[in-house]
Amino acid sequence: MIKAKQLALSAGILVACVSATAPAYADNGRLLATGAASTIEGASGGGIVPWATLSSYASENQWGATVALGEVQVDDFRLSVQGASLTYGNRVEVSYANQVFDLKTIGGELKQDIFGLKVRAFGDLIYGDLPQVSVGLQHKRNRTFDLPQTVGAADDSGTDVYISAAKAWLDGPFHRTWLVNLTARATKANQLGLLGFGGDKDDDYSIQAEASVAMFINRKLAVGVEYRQKPDNLGFAREEDWYDAFVAYFPTKSLSIVGAYTDLQSIAGLDDQDGFYLSLQGTF
Amino acid sequence: MMFKTRLLAAMLLLGLAGSVQADDSLYQQLGGKQGISNVMAEMLYELAGDDRIADQFADTDIDRLHQMLTEQVCEISGGPCTYTGEDMVKIHTGLNITNADFNALVENLIIAMEREDVPTTAQNRLLSLLADMHNEVVGL
Repeated sequence: MIKAKQLALSAGILVACVSATAPAYADNGRLLATGAASTIEGASGGGIVPWATLSSYASENQWGATVALGEVQVDDFRLSVQGASLTYGNRVEVSYANQVFDLKTIGGELKQDIFGLKVRAFGDLIYGDLPQVSVGLQHKRNRTFDLPQTVGAADDSGTDVYISAAKAWLDGPFHRTWLVNLTARATKANQLGLLGFGGDKDDDYSIQAEASVAMFINRKLAVGVEYRQKPDNLGFAREEDWYDAFVAYFPTKSLSIVGAYTDLQSIAGLDDQDGFYLSLQGTF
Repeated sequence: MMFKTRLLAAMLLLGLAGSVQADDSLYQQLGGKQGISNVMAEMLYELAGDDRIADQFADTDIDRLHQMLTEQVCEISGGPCTYTGEDMVKIHTGLNITNADFNALVENLIIAMEREDVPTTAQNRLLSLLADMHNEVVGL
């Protein structure tokens, strides 16, 4: 309950800050929604999948920044995320996310920091024939490792490396704008890294596939689905793939709101973890 | 029997007419030549107030620009017009137009289309056609 109040207060402050600074921003050389949302790992993307997009609306020689709050509520767990990112020239994005995973039923909390870097290699989301292709890494550091170690995790830090390709079709099926993103990630992270990296069952990097499809109903409102394949490194409980179906609203270039239904399946042996995701992003 | 033959003949005729006549459904959705002219006028009005790119049109003959844009959009949307302006690459070469400039114009166009009640589907069709011209405008 206190957490919920804190979130509401933080969200209020975020909206107030964005409202206060909105008229001052100038570096907004990209079209609405092309900065995408803030993922639970801090990078620009959907909810659970990092996209080839770079955060904010910074185009050539421009700077942009975002701050974001996210919350995933499923049956036995709650994930709270605070994130921020900085983008230069629609070329380089650095991001940070602080995750707190509340084990509501089991008791206790898992925490980690995620430092992200993403570089657009070539292509453009909207213009030209090539998709926008970016490469990125996410360096993750556990701030709590007792439980991960107990259940068989090998390391308390790890680095994911990924490549993403995204393309938007302005005049797609039904004359709507569509976006497709595909990501391949090399990772050792157990449950995003919250349960450490590598494990008793498998301590090698594995390649995981992630995908998102979104359709814009109009300029400001999109609906979509996401899939994220996950590794299975720990012997104590099977790790499963994640899914979500989202609605994203971009009322202005300063603010975006994403709501989703998420199916996280089985986590740490507790089955049928489905629930809701809410994310709020301010862009400067 | 007679009716069926006539129906078949009518269908054939319609089919032929459809194949020689260009699809002008987007032109119609944009409100024909008058509708397109109104959208372009709104866009230029927006552009004039847009600090990001207004300066770049300071020495432009706006009446002629309006006429050329209207002709061009009329033509690419399937309307009965012929663009009489200069080659797109030629007029933009040396202007160093950036993605941000191009996107600013797109945003002004979107505002204009919203104001003229152009449906989202028609907006997307036109934006897609104009996006194809990106490489004839930006970075030359």
